[in-house]
Amino acid sequence: MHLAYPAVLAALLFSVGVYGVLARRNAVLVLMSVELMLNAVNLNLVAFDAWLRDALHAGQALTLFTITIAAAEIGLGLAIVLLVFRTRGTPDIDRLTALGDRVAERQNSADDTADASKGQAVS
Amino acid sequence: MSILAAAGSLAPATRGFLSPTGVEIVFVLVGLAVLGAAVISVGTKQLVHAALWLVVALGGLAIEFLLLTAEFVAWVQVLIYLGSVVVLVLFGLMLTKAPIGRSPDADSGNRWVALLVALAAAGTLVTLVVDAFRTSWIDLGSGGGSASVTGASLFRTWVLPFEALSVLLLAALVGAIVLSRSRQAAVPKPRPGKLRAGKPVGAARAAKSPSSERES
Repeated sequence: MHLAYPAVLAALLFSVGVYGVLARRNAVLVLMSVELMLNAVNLNLVAFDAWLRDALHAGQALTLFTITIAAAEIGLGLAIVLLVFRTRGTPDIDRLTALGDRVAERQNSADDTADASKGQAVS
Repeated sequence: MSILAAAGSLAPATRGFLSPTGVEIVFVLVGLAVLGAAVISVGTKQLVHAALWLVVALGGLAIEFLLLTAEFVAWVQVLIYLGSVVVLVLFGLMLTKAPIGRSPDADSGNRWVALLVALAAAGTLVTLVVDAFRTSWIDLGSGGGSASVTGASLFRTWVLPFEALSVLLLAALVGAIVLSRSRQAAVPKPRPGKLRAGKPVGAARAAKSPSSERES
């Protein structure tokens, strides 16, 4: 089998996961997309293990470790998401802005409006 | 096995992309299914359907592992991903009161930027990978990833990372329990809209049920 097939499939799957992480709004769906990215890495590891015919089977051992870490990650991630949902009432990651710097944002927006009013003609 | 043997005997003569072997055809077909399921899973507006399409994608990846002769990894994938991770995700969706049916605000406002970033990443990675591994060929022998081989290498060579990983799993378990434990006192804060004062018996039961629900 050509090595290009699993490598290209893993690259495309990783890109799909990147899109899901960036575009999704629900935190559980973001975790699902992270799982897709981890699986793309697993596919790469298995394919390169088969290609290199590693005597120690480092690729498959590392795949097993990655699967275990992914299971631990999704358990902890869902615990955090449930805690956030319990305290804030929403799993929406766009609305979780409690750590945002409100004062700086306000000043920036004030500066922007000032710059805009300075640079442009006041309509 | 006969397919593998035939591929091995025919392969050195015909290693072009236009004359694929049987394993490659199956790999590409299952890969298209995996990719389609993944795209639907990140693109659908029905949240529970996204988790169910994730099952299809991860199961297809298990088949890909089988085609790459990594049998033990494939069954671990089926057990852990299809068995526990997807169930955890479904529980997470239900515990966060995911709406059944189409939810129009499933995607964030920056989805076009996300699409641009993903397409740029896909283009770069696929160009690089195809350019680098155009002529590489995997000789798929049988038994490269069976349970005995994987177990021997895991417990001879990789036993120290294995044990460290068990400690990590224990730490993750304790962390998840600590995080999901109800941290409030015996009397929870009254929710807006629920009247608890003046009803001693019903108030005690009503105060108890949300906290036990939270602990589970």
